[in-house]
Amino acid sequence: MDISFSPEERAFQQEVRDFFANEYPADIIEKQAQGKELGKDDYVRGQKALAKRGWAAVNWPAEHGGTGWTPIQKYIFNNEMAAAGAAQIIPFGMTMVAPVIIYFGNAEQHKKFLPDILESNVWWCQGYSEPGAGSDLANVRTKAVLDGDHYVVNGQKTWTTMAQWADWIFCLVRTDSSGKPQEGISFLLIDMKTPGVTVRPIQTIDGGYEINDVFFENVRVPVENRIGEEGKGWSCAKFLLTYERTNIAGVAKSKLALKKLRKAASKVMGDDGMPLIDDPAFLAKVSRLEIKLMALEYTELRLISTLDSGKAPGAESSHLKIRGSEIQQEIAELLMETAGYYSLPYLPEQLEAGSNNEPVGPDFAAATAPRYFNLRKTTIYGGSSEIQKGIIAKAVLGL
Amino acid sequence: MDFNLTEEQTLLKDSVNRYLADNYGAEKFREYRHKTTEERKAMWQEFAEMGWLALPFAEEYGGFGGSAIDTSLIMEEFGRGLVIEPYLASVLLAGKAIDEAGSAEQKENLLPGIIDGSVLAAFAFAEPEARYCRHDINVRAVKKGESYVLNGTKALVLNGDAAGLFIVVARTEGQRLDTSGISLFAVDGKLAGIERRAYPCVDGHRAAEITFNDVEVPASALLGKVNEALPVLEKVLDEAIIAVGAEAVGIMDAMVAATVEYTKTRVQFGRPIGSFQVLQHRMVDMYMEAEETRSLLYMAAMKSANGDADTAMAVSALKAKVATAGRFVGQEAIQLHGGMGMSDEMGIGHYFKRLTTINTLFGNGDYHLKRYAALNKAAA
Repeated sequence: MDISFSPEERAFQQEVRDFFANEYPADIIEKQAQGKELGKDDYVRGQKALAKRGWAAVNWPAEHGGTGWTPIQKYIFNNEMAAAGAAQIIPFGMTMVAPVIIYFGNAEQHKKFLPDILESNVWWCQGYSEPGAGSDLANVRTKAVLDGDHYVVNGQKTWTTMAQWADWIFCLVRTDSSGKPQEGISFLLIDMKTPGVTVRPIQTIDGGYEINDVFFENVRVPVENRIGEEGKGWSCAKFLLTYERTNIAGVAKSKLALKKLRKAASKVMGDDGMPLIDDPAFLAKVSRLEIKLMALEYTELRLISTLDSGKAPGAESSHLKIRGSEIQQEIAELLMETAGYYSLPYLPEQLEAGSNNEPVGPDFAAATAPRYFNLRKTTIYGGSSEIQKGIIAKAVLGL
Repeated sequence: MDFNLTEEQTLLKDSVNRYLADNYGAEKFREYRHKTTEERKAMWQEFAEMGWLALPFAEEYGGFGGSAIDTSLIMEEFGRGLVIEPYLASVLLAGKAIDEAGSAEQKENLLPGIIDGSVLAAFAFAEPEARYCRHDINVRAVKKGESYVLNGTKALVLNGDAAGLFIVVARTEGQRLDTSGISLFAVDGKLAGIERRAYPCVDGHRAAEITFNDVEVPASALLGKVNEALPVLEKVLDEAIIAVGAEAVGIMDAMVAATVEYTKTRVQFGRPIGSFQVLQHRMVDMYMEAEETRSLLYMAAMKSANGDADTAMAVSALKAKVATAGRFVGQEAIQLHGGMGMSDEMGIGHYFKRLTTINTLFGNGDYHLKRYAALNKAAA
């Protein structure tokens, strides 16, 4: 057993650090540091900077423009990227649909879709959930009926993150209702500009608009936009849900957030004339959270070290998802608690980049409650904690 | 980065596991707990013959130079096997204290007996009024000519009932709670003035209150530098925490497995209770707690083996986690076993009692959460 990185890995780590310090757009890092919201343009510029360096497609095979990195290199990169405060890579194109296209698509589809994803020229969104298909994803009802060389799609997707910015959507659609629910699902790529596609924003409890309903009304989709065989879309869906979720724990992001929390809590006064961070009850909560994060970090490292010897991640990534999302929520909650009374004023304009509004209370306060509200999503999306526990019960415990 | 065991480590783990499968486990444990350590001496000799007692010591004194990772492997299996032999007390506490503090001559004199099993040793550090504070030492050792004279009482001395050799933490200078003025003494258990109040503990292990009444030891009994033993004490206790952390991991693993197995076979309402989602999710929670404790165990053991500066912080993080995870896994395992969990015939209750004991040993979760926070602040 040895937890240290090899000299080559340390050199790589330095290379990544240097990149984020020197070549990555500094204004994005600045906005992130101030807790400002990022726009579409910020994400695209960030990803293009990565693409220029050849580092955008962390998980793709090298022959398609991926990095070809080892699991440990990926781990180092993801860590350094989060620690630098860079914008996250929006997963829908780069880490979700692209691997499905690579593994299930044909050469023509590779040529048509992959370069634009790699260069971040096209924004993707994910058409999975429906009003009647959440945790029970196989229950999708959005229908695709073959009509010549087109499918005619009718139905509704929901909770579609950033659909308002999307050029394309990848969808699970029902092409056959006769067999088991998992059979008869197909995987379709749909141009959002096709007539009959409508996007309606959904406001979330934090006041923001990041998710949407997407409606399909007689939308004609060329058959060549189907990935894999008709009726075999469930395999694509499952593949996508388990594909190399090395970054799912969000350890580096949470470490950074905990650092911010400690900093904020040492500036804010507690109840008895000393900094909040020295309040024993508060400090106990922060310490517990740090230990929880440490445990997650080493659980992830253990998993990654098995991947390095060629093993595929299994249900263990469900463990990382459950705990990682809980920790993100708890940090957000403690940061809100840190702001005290000043977590209460609702000042959405102050969260916008470039806002010159005079803050009410400490700088960090305005964002804390909205963030706490917003992060309730983390234990719901991507397979709720209950679904993840079901996976572990079955796959690990054999129940 | 590598979490794999070496070939030697795998061999060690497997051989301990195989031996215990034949010679230990819940049924044997229920018999052994009624015997004194002396009455079980034959088994201790077998431990010695297999080289387990030599593991953590340097080769020049007859040991194998094992690190905290190696001793963790043994302790994890001891946890799984419900072993109550005084490995922790004699080898990992008293033996390691001699190893850390003693002169070459003292090590040559004292370690071989511990390694060959002929000497049972105990580490007398805790005191009746100190709770978990490590430097709250009130047993006095006063210099008198070429001797020291010891007075005072040590609490919960593990293996104190059977030990022929005590390593005693005593105050040679200053007041209670002073961090300096603490010294270590190797004290022959047969000396006049040593009073033992021996008792079994709730987990089947044995201990004693040891009172020193004007016990006179030669100056050569002093281990290491006078007044400066606190760092040694800290190191020995921190390594002991890694050891009981490993034991707890072995126990939790066994409890999760036993609970899963039990709920698969226990039928109520016409189906195995393990098919109920409410129980499945609780077992997943148990599994996750056990796995995360294992992760922190590896972290602490590797840091200790590397001699990293933040080892103490990692150890306290581990112990805080052992406290919450051990309590959770233990209580849930009993609950999911239903009435069977209450029965002395089942192993599950014995695991629970040992986990409960480990929670208290060397400072409970609250103590180590506070220690973690203080060390963290000092490092910042």
